[in-house]
Amino acid sequence: MKRFLSLTAIVLVLVAALIGCSAAPKALKVAVLAPLSGPVPTFGVSTRDGALLAINEWNAKGGVLGMKITPIVEDSQCTPDPAVNAANKVINQDKVHYIIGEVCSKASIPISEIANAAKVIQISPTSTNTTVTVDKSGATKAYIFRACFIDPFQGKVGATFAFNNLKAKNAFVMYDQSNDYVKGLAEAFEATFTELGGKIAGKESYNGATDTDFSAILTKVKSAKADFVYLPDYYNVVNLATKQAKAKGITVPFMGGDGWDSSDLDVKAADNGYYTNHYDASDPRPEVQNFIKAYGAAYKDDKGNPKVPDALATLAYDAANLLLTSIQNAKADNTDKVKVAMEGISFNAVSGKITFDAQHNPVKGAVIIRVKGGKKDFDSFVAP
Amino acid sequence: MPEKTDLPAALSGTARRRRPPLAWVGNGFLIIVALLAAYILVSNLARSPMVFLQNVLDGLKLGCVYALIALGYTMVYGIVKLINFAHGDVFMVGAFASFYSVSQFNLHQWPQMLFPAIPPGLSIVIGSLTVILLSMVVCTLLAVTIERVAYKPLREAPRIAALITAIGVSFFLEFFGALQFVFSPRFIPYKSPFDQTAWYIQDGIHPIVAGQDIPDNTITFSNIFLIILVAAVVVQLFLQFLVRRTKIGVAMRAASFDKPTARLMGINVDRVISFTFAIGAAFAGLGGVLYAIAYASIWTQLGILPGLKAFVAAVLGGIGSLPGAFVGALIMGQAESLTMAYISTPMRDAVAFTILIIVLLVKPTGIFGEPAGEKA
Repeated sequence: MKRFLSLTAIVLVLVAALIGCSAAPKALKVAVLAPLSGPVPTFGVSTRDGALLAINEWNAKGGVLGMKITPIVEDSQCTPDPAVNAANKVINQDKVHYIIGEVCSKASIPISEIANAAKVIQISPTSTNTTVTVDKSGATKAYIFRACFIDPFQGKVGATFAFNNLKAKNAFVMYDQSNDYVKGLAEAFEATFTELGGKIAGKESYNGATDTDFSAILTKVKSAKADFVYLPDYYNVVNLATKQAKAKGITVPFMGGDGWDSSDLDVKAADNGYYTNHYDASDPRPEVQNFIKAYGAAYKDDKGNPKVPDALATLAYDAANLLLTSIQNAKADNTDKVKVAMEGISFNAVSGKITFDAQHNPVKGAVIIRVKGGKKDFDSFVAP
Repeated sequence: MPEKTDLPAALSGTARRRRPPLAWVGNGFLIIVALLAAYILVSNLARSPMVFLQNVLDGLKLGCVYALIALGYTMVYGIVKLINFAHGDVFMVGAFASFYSVSQFNLHQWPQMLFPAIPPGLSIVIGSLTVILLSMVVCTLLAVTIERVAYKPLREAPRIAALITAIGVSFFLEFFGALQFVFSPRFIPYKSPFDQTAWYIQDGIHPIVAGQDIPDNTITFSNIFLIILVAAVVVQLFLQFLVRRTKIGVAMRAASFDKPTARLMGINVDRVISFTFAIGAAFAGLGGVLYAIAYASIWTQLGILPGLKAFVAAVLGGIGSLPGAFVGALIMGQAESLTMAYISTPMRDAVAFTILIIVLLVKPTGIFGEPAGEKA
């Protein structure tokens, strides 16, 4: 009986596969690799939803180059092994030429090796590690792109904003010596800020995993007469440091990167602080507002209210649109032509106007969020 | 004298041996380090006395928190010769107990809810004291349970067995607490039962208003700092009184001196030991609440480093000695704060544990320690 059942199952699957193949002969397959399980499943769901929304919108307009787009969603778990399996499956079995994903750098990097060797175009919506698009020798991987800015860029934008908008001249940098993300942002900030003509009043490192007392550093901030503090760490450190700064009577603004973007950020302590982010729902640009409307109409939360897209959904939506627009511009389902089209693209995405640099990293603006009166408000949009 | 080998002496097995021929190299190195440290401190004091004083005050705050923990270490060690490594995690549980009583049950507002007429200031004081007392009770119960379950069955076992068990209990509390349905592994923003206010000193004391600049070269302090300072001093005096002047204190000293004889004299040694754990834990709980209020971010491993530094403080002061733990903790606080200010922030922990090594090498019994004899 058991054997009969399993045989039936196998036959059914084969039949289903055959039907699947024959039903849409002129379809353009696009794989979406997202961590639907594993450590960051909410990231995966947002990414999938954002990418599928873009694909559905294109299909509603008649597809790309006259072909309907068939999305193939695979769970890559934010982990190298499942990501490699998923990439091999969609490339060898489903014969896709285009991959959107993964979210995590450690999964995107092995996928990029496979995709690049198979001349399959991969665009990662959110992987920020530089080696996703660049190989060990420093050469750009020809078929690999990303839709998000990389870490140092946030430091650059932070420095530009501090110098031009906040008129800061004497900045103090605090960074976690054990965290590459924080260090990367801090170094980029310092380089850009001094290049613009600002002065680094002081630079202090700490150990973010264990340190809770920042009083000595903050005393230095005060005696160095800094007019701005760059603290590109996660919200937990920001909460500690900004609260202690308030008790020391430090009133100069603090600024950080997207690590501040958490519902657990202590908005009272971080009052008058700023941070760079990929996108904000209250950004008035029409690309943003149209996207929020479409996303809310397509996806509802548990209570049936329209969902507000997060940065992951936004970047996945942008990645899918970048890819499909490039295919449109290339006028052929040919990855060599699409690659060239993508390198030359200039596209008004939700997360800003995107062009690609030589390393296939997008050149685009960032959003500055201001923490004020218990709220996190959109302050401005900074173009690079 | 039933317990001749206490831990510091055991760790420094070389102390009684003949001095090795090149001992002066080590001593010379220590003297050079000490002179260098003194030079750094004096030159910075001369350059900016106000900033130096500010760093000393910040170190005092840290030191007082360490003192509240170190007292528990030293009392338990004085009586059962056990380094209770779970003590730092009891401190963490104290922080979480107050967090839940404030954020879930609004315990800090009970006077206002029951008697709306009382002045808000008094309501905050009574409410906060209730929160602190509740955390102390929770920690006391936890410590007595730990003692019953994990340490009492090992009372006659070799001391290393109890030490390893203590480390096990410590890990258990940390990682059981990190489960999603217990405390969760996240950093949790702490909701304080009262607001932080801070002042600066310049021709008198002025409050710091958020968003307003304060003059340069001033010293700032906060209400949390004052509370921690007062709490540490009061607890220290209370314990001195308890150990020197009360009946249970006499029993504690007797049990510390010679357990079998104390038993023969009609002292219930087991109850004395439980009491010692309980009182140490109560003050660790107090420390946990004050620490959480001061730093406002809690997670399940927040007790590890303060716990270890308090342990170093207890060894530095002479483990088993109450004034020693207090003085040791104040020295640790200064060492940490001044290292952060004048050497480098990432060096703070390295310096703390270097002090442990130096104490064990140079004076294993600590500042106030006696080779053996009267303890607690």
